[in-house]
Amino acid sequence: MARVVVDVMLKPEILDPQGKAVQGALPRLGFEGISDVRQGKRFELEVDGELDEQRLAEVRTIAETLLSNPVIEDFEVHVAEPAR
Amino acid sequence: MRVGVVTFPGSLDDVDARRAVRLAGHEPVALWHREHDLAGVDAVVLPGGFSYGDYLRAGAISRFSPVMTEVVEAAGRGLPVLGICNGFQVLCESHLLPGALIRNDHRRFICRDQRLRIENTRTPWTSSFEQGAEITVVLKNGEGQYVADRDTLDRVEGEGLVVARYLEKNPNGSLRDIAGISNERGNVVGLMPHPEHAVEEGFGPGTDGLGFFTWALERVAS
Repeated sequence: MARVVVDVMLKPEILDPQGKAVQGALPRLGFEGISDVRQGKRFELEVDGELDEQRLAEVRTIAETLLSNPVIEDFEVHVAEPAR
Repeated sequence: MRVGVVTFPGSLDDVDARRAVRLAGHEPVALWHREHDLAGVDAVVLPGGFSYGDYLRAGAISRFSPVMTEVVEAAGRGLPVLGICNGFQVLCESHLLPGALIRNDHRRFICRDQRLRIENTRTPWTSSFEQGAEITVVLKNGEGQYVADRDTLDRVEGEGLVVARYLEKNPNGSLRDIAGISNERGNVVGLMPHPEHAVEEGFGPGTDGLGFFTWALERVAS
């Protein structure tokens, strides 16, 4: 068992209305000096068995086909807990 | 002509779409998302709504439903496919159409009668309109902002693939006021506003939407 984390973020050139809403709320709460907020998604995948290169490649395919839309989003895959 | 209308879990406008097909003089056929079967229909409508609750991204999970395998394959053979609102999102997620739809720039859901200009009448779905026709149909969306990178936008405009553009007011921040686009072949069309809600006097803003469903039969045969 291993936990693989996939982070998905909107590409820098794509407007992020949700991030803008969060940023807009900060001054109202008294937090100053945050010039930008961008909101993304984090997926935690519990991978059965040994986490070899092939399984990792599979996770990248999952990230590419379902977890992100490559037209508007970038993703990063990293292993949170190394395979035992 | 038999026109299939797909129902996903969370579809809202499938019944209205079937009604529009019927009012336009064709036979609506209900298609279910879990079936690997298009029932031999002559065209398919992917209706509006919130399929799978818009979880992950609007249209992202529907894109992998069994019926979509058939729709993607049939679209490749030239079957006319119209995606309205959530259906447009599904078509973009399926990569049958370029670009993507994200949250409205002003972050609010919007519901209004919307003026549009029909800019491409070469698709079966817009073949009954005059080039440049100005129509009013219902618009209602939370994630209707059409985006694509500059090269894609230039290509889409250069090839005349913009099907409809917003007039008077851009309701959601869509780049270049794009309300609808088609694929290169013209058989697949995505439209953010809802023509199926403007097909009968007394119910919505007139009957301008009917044209999307009355298209000429000979276009299907070709």
